[in-house]
Amino acid sequence: MSLWEYANPKKFMQTSGAVLPWVAGLAAICLGTGLIWGFFFTPDDYRQGSTVRIIYLHVPAAMMAINAWAMMLVASLIWLIRRHHVSALAARAAAPVGLTFTLIALATGALWGAPMWGTWWEWDPRLTSFLILALFYLGYIALWQAVENPDTAADLTSILCMVGSVFAVLSRYAVNFWNQGLHQGASLSLDQRENISNVFWLPLVISIAGFVALFVTLVLLRTRTEIRARRLSALIARERLA
Amino acid sequence: MMPELGKYAGVVLSSWGLSIGLIAALLALTLWRGRKIKRALAEAEARAAEARR
Repeated sequence: MSLWEYANPKKFMQTSGAVLPWVAGLAAICLGTGLIWGFFFTPDDYRQGSTVRIIYLHVPAAMMAINAWAMMLVASLIWLIRRHHVSALAARAAAPVGLTFTLIALATGALWGAPMWGTWWEWDPRLTSFLILALFYLGYIALWQAVENPDTAADLTSILCMVGSVFAVLSRYAVNFWNQGLHQGASLSLDQRENISNVFWLPLVISIAGFVALFVTLVLLRTRTEIRARRLSALIARERLA
Repeated sequence: MMPELGKYAGVVLSSWGLSIGLIAALLALTLWRGRKIKRALAEAEARAAEARR
């Protein structure tokens, strides 16, 4: 069986309908476990005090903000190369989810930064590239709304997505590119000296798994709606012609 | 049950409230639009089936 079979809207609806309850259930279990564990049952950090609890939202949201754009890039490339409509609709469906995660990362980062850095905002490489990523999300969503022809909209947004990918990569690696700014390095690392303490690690990893499952759930739900909306537009257009 | 958040309580609770609020709003909007489009499509398909008869 080929992967491209799922580009068929009917096949996608069948498969996603079967998978959705499981992914949604996984999201609920992981988010419930990770967030409750992180908030109620982990200690304060010796330097950051109780603000360390923001990590269970900030880090997963920031990771998913970047990964959502990466998913949109792959879907956009599939659209541009193979012209599969489901991939273009999946990219469109993912954008508001990615924007929400980006806003959560920015807001929680600002709230966390105020007591720890002494400022809500700094034109630091990672923070700035994340703000630009948020603006790209807004522009991407606006472009889909602004162009009437869906294929043209998919073409233009795919190109915008490729341009925005530069900032998605910068958001991830800005700390490595420019060894300056307030933002620290990665919280999760294979290097034991850089990695966060074990007491915070497990609830954080479970929260990240929850955010990934939540992202998949929301994108599947929204892609199914976009497919139905496309069929609805076609039926309405046919009614007007009749 | 509630952990002692000390002087950072405002910051921590604001972060959690804002994040959970945004996710809940996105989920609600996704489900609401999904149901609205599904209903509209069912009605349009019924009209199309009627017209074919």
